[in-house]
Amino acid sequence: MALPAYATPLDKLWHYTFRVICWAIFFFLVAPIIIMIPLSFNAQPYFTFTMEMLEFNPQGYSMRWYQELFTSDSWMRSIRNSFYIGIGATILATILGTLAALGLSRAHIPAKGLIMAVLISPMVVPLIISGAGMFFFFSSVNLSNTFLGVILAHTALGTPFVVITVTATLVGFDESLTRAAANLGASPTRTFFKITMPLILPGVVSGALFAFITSFDEIVIVLFVAGVEQRTIPREMWSGIREDLSPTILAVATLLVLLSIALLSTVELLRRRSERIRGMTPG
Amino acid sequence: MAQADASMDLDTGRETSLERMVTADGIPLKRSLKRAERRRKLFALGLVAPLLAFLLTVFIFPIGQMMWRSVDNPQIINTLPRTVEALEAWDPGADELPPEEVFAALQADFAADQELPRRQQGTGSLGVRLNYEVSGARSAVSRTARQVDGFAVPYKDEFLDAHRLWGQPEIWRVIKRESRPLTASYYVQALDREYAPDGSIQLRDEGQRTYISLFLRTFALSATILGLTFLLGFPISYYMSTLPMRQANLLMIFVLLPFWTSLLVRTSAWIVLLQQQGVINSTLVGLGIIGDDSRLSMVYNMTGTIVAMTHILLPFMVLPLYSVMRGIPPSYMRAAKGLGARPWTAFRRVYFPQTLPGIGAGGVLVFIISIGYYITPALVGGQSGRMISNEIARHMQSSLNWGLAAALGTLLLVSVMILYWVYNRLVGADSLKLG
Repeated sequence: MALPAYATPLDKLWHYTFRVICWAIFFFLVAPIIIMIPLSFNAQPYFTFTMEMLEFNPQGYSMRWYQELFTSDSWMRSIRNSFYIGIGATILATILGTLAALGLSRAHIPAKGLIMAVLISPMVVPLIISGAGMFFFFSSVNLSNTFLGVILAHTALGTPFVVITVTATLVGFDESLTRAAANLGASPTRTFFKITMPLILPGVVSGALFAFITSFDEIVIVLFVAGVEQRTIPREMWSGIREDLSPTILAVATLLVLLSIALLSTVELLRRRSERIRGMTPG
Repeated sequence: MAQADASMDLDTGRETSLERMVTADGIPLKRSLKRAERRRKLFALGLVAPLLAFLLTVFIFPIGQMMWRSVDNPQIINTLPRTVEALEAWDPGADELPPEEVFAALQADFAADQELPRRQQGTGSLGVRLNYEVSGARSAVSRTARQVDGFAVPYKDEFLDAHRLWGQPEIWRVIKRESRPLTASYYVQALDREYAPDGSIQLRDEGQRTYISLFLRTFALSATILGLTFLLGFPISYYMSTLPMRQANLLMIFVLLPFWTSLLVRTSAWIVLLQQQGVINSTLVGLGIIGDDSRLSMVYNMTGTIVAMTHILLPFMVLPLYSVMRGIPPSYMRAAKGLGARPWTAFRRVYFPQTLPGIGAGGVLVFIISIGYYITPALVGGQSGRMISNEIARHMQSSLNWGLAAALGTLLLVSVMILYWVYNRLVGADSLKLG
């Protein structure tokens, strides 16, 4: 948005004011997240920069909150639980969601709109309602306070993301490729693994990442369905914030921000790859 | 898909010639095609079926079950069948106690219930159910039920001795009114109404109303957050849409990083920033703008909820808005200016109307998410920043009035469904984009 040569002073003023406003908004978006990183190295149990920190005095910084995090049984257990539940839910959601997306894109299915509404519903229904519903249901089938219960609940929440991302990659899918494979004598299974799968893989993987982050970040269902044994990272942070707010939370938060940067980069790379494969210009 | 269309063409267009055509194994081509088509359809359904069955069991059914709780009312009719029958002749409008037969029936009901094995006894849940309507009913039921074996005629006096509540027409009115297997009473309560002695439904006294104002506050907070996300999201989406792709993608990171960061992390970030001993207050004190004793309270109140939720939901506004703005050709604005429109007029009459689909999509999305929000208001909202979800959670977890929680939840769900329907009309659920 370069300024044209004929811009009046007023135009120029507006041009620069607008940029300042935009950068202020970008600052608002990112600063709260970034600011936690230096604060997590605070040597004092405060949530603000101490004088030593501002003077870049090494005494003001320490790893004590990370040490506390990695030696705490409850935090370590919650990290294990989060990965355990997240990976379990991701595998289930990816398989179920990919199959459904393949089915939906294949033929005219009766009541497609209704089916789609059911498949998308976990994303639309407020979590508090899903949580309340699952609370009653899971306790009636003896699944509350079990890992299986939490995994199944998170699978349900993750599937819409898989269905949506895989459906999106299937939009540009050329059916004649599978027909060609079949014509050349490949069995349907072979066609699927050799032709379809490599082409939709970017969509499947980014759907899986969405499902994983959904489970990894989910707390409402965990509050209703999980017991002490199944506490996840967000659940531990929840009680940390409510009961005793200690900078250990900032250490956890820093690690989670790094994790989200890694996931964000992966999804972006996959998106570009998928567009390249499908012959679109990379965005 | 292309194959299906082709076979349809064949069906209608050249029916007669098709009748004559046969496949290699002698089956008419038409029937063979139909069969293949049906097999494809069944196969596709088979692929969708596992997920559909899974979601129906683990997700849809539990929600239906929860909604059923908001009208389900088995406790009274199951535990007190004789009393309910005896009460039929009693006029609840008259301000007097029911006759002796009703007390005798109640004695018989309680005695019958005491005979049952402990796990099947209904008096426990009956007491809880009556307690939602009349406070103290729980202890009245449990205390009386234990003594009822020793009661002698006239039962009326014995009951009045056992607990003072039996001497008030109120509890008898409730038993008579709630003696059907379905009830509207949770909804009556959820809408801040109550039953008058004559059975009509009236608004509660000013001081006792909670839920309507909470619903209104939830909607008002969501509307505020929606307005703020629009005010903040519009300029940056516009800015990014005017930049070359490479630069815009770099700036997109500023939007996507918060989008991908854990909700709890973002919420605790705002606590860290906004609390009394937090970064903003300390900076302001350090700069001498405010005194140490007059630190601002920006968190654990409505301000905290609004700031944190605006931050959390801003990406949901920016993403659809940006993708719509990308698609608007810049030549339109140039044409408008070339035809003599001032920049503001060109923006208002030419550019802005074209962004409306994006505003609609992002706006409904932000509104839907925020009216059902629970975690952030619970952590940073304090008392004034509470929303309807927090009240549902309270009834689920501490007051244990599950019927009322279900009624409030159903009302919330219905509002979300209506909004989602609007969203669907505006953009279509299929066009939902991620990341």
